[in-house]
Amino acid sequence: MREMEDLIRLQGITKKFGDHVIIPKLDLTIKDGEFVTLLGPSGCGKTTLLRMIAGLETPTTGQVILDGKDITKLPPYKRDVNMVFQNYALFPHMTVTENIRFGLKMKGVDGEEAEERVRQVLYLIQLEELRDRYPAQMSGGQQQRVAIARALVNNPKVLLLDEPLGALDYQLRKKLQIELKNLQRGLGLTFIFVTHDQEEALTMSDRIVIMNNGVIQQDGDPNGIYHHPVNTFVARFIGESNFFDLDGVTYALRPEKLNLCEEEDEGMAHPAPQFYGTVVDIVFYGTIDKVFIRLDNTNQTVVAYQYFDDLRRWKVDDRVGIWWYDRDEVKMDQ
Amino acid sequence: MQKTWRSHLLLAYSLAVLAFLYLPLVILAMYSFNDSRINAVWTGFTFKWYEHLLNNRRVLEALINTLIVGCISTIVSTALGTTAAIALHRYKFKAQNAINGLLYLPILIPEIVMGLSLLVLFSQFHLPLGKTTLILAHITFCLSFVVITVGARLDGLKAEYEQAASDLYATPWQCFRYVTLPLIMPGIVAGALIAFTLSIDDFVISFFVAGPNSTTLPLYIYAMVKRGISPEINALSTVMMCVEIALVLLAEALQPSHKAKKQAG
Amino acid sequence: MKKNGKFLMAPTLGWLTVFFVLPMLIVVAVSFASRTPYGQVVFDWTLHNYARFLEPLYLSIFAQTLLVAIVTTIFTVLLGYPLAYYIAQLPKRWQQPGLILCMIPFWINFLIRSYAWVIILRAQGVLNTLLLKAGIIDQPLQLLYNEGAVMLGMIYALLPFMILPIYVSIEQLDHRLLEAASDLGAKPFTAFRKITLPLTMPGVAAGTILVFISSLGMFVVPDVMGGAKSALVGNLIQNQFLSARDWPFGSALSIMLAILSLVLITLYYRTLQIQKGGSDHAEDVA
Repeated sequence: MREMEDLIRLQGITKKFGDHVIIPKLDLTIKDGEFVTLLGPSGCGKTTLLRMIAGLETPTTGQVILDGKDITKLPPYKRDVNMVFQNYALFPHMTVTENIRFGLKMKGVDGEEAEERVRQVLYLIQLEELRDRYPAQMSGGQQQRVAIARALVNNPKVLLLDEPLGALDYQLRKKLQIELKNLQRGLGLTFIFVTHDQEEALTMSDRIVIMNNGVIQQDGDPNGIYHHPVNTFVARFIGESNFFDLDGVTYALRPEKLNLCEEEDEGMAHPAPQFYGTVVDIVFYGTIDKVFIRLDNTNQTVVAYQYFDDLRRWKVDDRVGIWWYDRDEVKMDQ
Repeated sequence: MQKTWRSHLLLAYSLAVLAFLYLPLVILAMYSFNDSRINAVWTGFTFKWYEHLLNNRRVLEALINTLIVGCISTIVSTALGTTAAIALHRYKFKAQNAINGLLYLPILIPEIVMGLSLLVLFSQFHLPLGKTTLILAHITFCLSFVVITVGARLDGLKAEYEQAASDLYATPWQCFRYVTLPLIMPGIVAGALIAFTLSIDDFVISFFVAGPNSTTLPLYIYAMVKRGISPEINALSTVMMCVEIALVLLAEALQPSHKAKKQAG
Repeated sequence: MKKNGKFLMAPTLGWLTVFFVLPMLIVVAVSFASRTPYGQVVFDWTLHNYARFLEPLYLSIFAQTLLVAIVTTIFTVLLGYPLAYYIAQLPKRWQQPGLILCMIPFWINFLIRSYAWVIILRAQGVLNTLLLKAGIIDQPLQLLYNEGAVMLGMIYALLPFMILPIYVSIEQLDHRLLEAASDLGAKPFTAFRKITLPLTMPGVAAGTILVFISSLGMFVVPDVMGGAKSALVGNLIQNQFLSARDWPFGSALSIMLAILSLVLITLYYRTLQIQKGGSDHAEDVA
């Protein structure tokens, strides 16, 4: 049963450019119908991995298995996967319809069937009225949708998306994130999505694979990744984190999990403060204040989020105690 | 105050230099319409020198030779140069520097040296001078310009288009046929126009390798100039200038300029 | 598949080998040959042709050629730099048309362009007619067929070669440097002298080499505008191949010209690389 669900298996993948190692050794399995995001800073190997699945790069060693078949040596045009490129790569000399029909034409699908499939995806992306436009005559968001349609029309087993929203402005990006997620749910298609934007990854994915220097740092669902980062890299990369050393062990704590109290707080109804410090700065962020505190005896500065309805608002130079619940602390792997 | 004074001076100087570049050409064109045969005095407007050209059998022969040589050289050099540019763009060659040198040297070496070396070659192999030797020579000096022009277009082409085509099931040949070729077509046409312009305009190299029955228009003009000035040369030169300017402007319009860059980015 | 495509390069490489490299090699061989009284080439491997360079007649032609090349270069810089500078500081959309305007004459052959000057300068030409009419002179001036006419023609012919590289170097200049200079209180002319001029010297060097090489091998302009005494190396070579039929000596002369050109071209590439390195650096700063 499990075998059936595995759509893509990357086994023992390594990639070197000359002496430069991009991916030391990596295994990854992706299940049918998943929305998987490869997340990491630029140069972490996520795009290389995606391009290996597309066939635009060949791994130095290891195998790419799609639907039980070894496709490692197959050129891109013989693979049942399609890609949405970072800058869309729409053919500038073809109209929207011609762009979308291109893959079908190359596969030898023509006539009524091709027409019907093009009509369907145009309906899906709601760009029917722009079908005869050239890419240069469209906005970035519209081009983005055409790029997605051009890939989807081929009914690929997997859709690969290489930072497809990176070139768009914030508002449009938010809107397209939701559209893409709904599209994926509706079609039940496997999406592999590459981004360096952690917020985007958290919003859209069923599963997030965090990479750094070609190595998978953590692989799990967004909730688990956010609340239980396994190491300092993940804790830093996803959201803000404070790190506290206690008896030689490092604990990560989200700023919203840190609580502040008066230094001399007699008979308190909460756990005793673990650390004390001085408020060095307070930055107003709309719904919250970010309070920066320098810990006593160290040069370390930590940040805590405080809501307006909290008991009091702190000022610079206030002395504070910092406490948290045990359930909120995350122990880091060394 | 001082700044505007300087910029006016710069403008005036620049216009004067431009006038220096164009005034002789304008005067040449103007006098092709002057009624007087010998004097520089303006005696009236006429088209008769152009009519004389049309009735001059030797001019028409030279024109036909020029066009035959121009067309064949353009076709061959464009075909060869385009394939070479594609190969250079797509593959890394071990002897890349040597290849680049071989492509650029024909442009940089003095024309006279190229002309006489071809003359020596043809005579060593007992090839009679005529249209064939002219065409061989013209292809040689056009080739590099085509490679460079088409190469510039290819360099401006984003790799993603070909990758996207390949991802959309296009075999390498289909990818070339439906994506690469249409996208570099303006570059190929520009290269061909440049080759054609160079060919019909060439004097120095043709001077060495043309035979008695393969006189081209520039060679005919030279022969006439050596005999003394005549209004027919003015007319012929004016026609050639206009054709060349038109061809160059056309080629320029097809080159990847600021506009194309904006679109590509 | 990937490897096969390399053969697309073969026809062009083959063509250039047969019609460019091979002819050059034959010319090298001929330059070590002798000629019979009837103009036949005999390969007897002699340095005789090169030794003839030292004859006073040829030495004076070399000197004359060098003089014309130097004067031409100096004047093209003086005429070309301000124009290139003017175009480079125009608004972006006017730069391309301005540059095309400068480059159009480049595409019209030297023959027609020299001939245009003949119309202006000859005894019954435009200039003499005007001067006579205005009463400034009463005898036509001898303006053509002398050294001055050749220099004028060369400057006219080669000016576009100078404008383009200078324009490129000014255009690549980081304008923030000039803004910084004026911000630091430099007057426009001081900023130009201390920043623009030194930083665009590679462009001037590149243009100088282009103009210099072209003027060394030029034979059309002196042929059309010069007199019997204003022959340059180009005319000397032309004569060896056409009237004198002394191909070995002509070959030796053209080998010398080609080697000189190659040395200068190498220098040209050096300056281009310096220029490129410079602009890369500017981008790093950005």
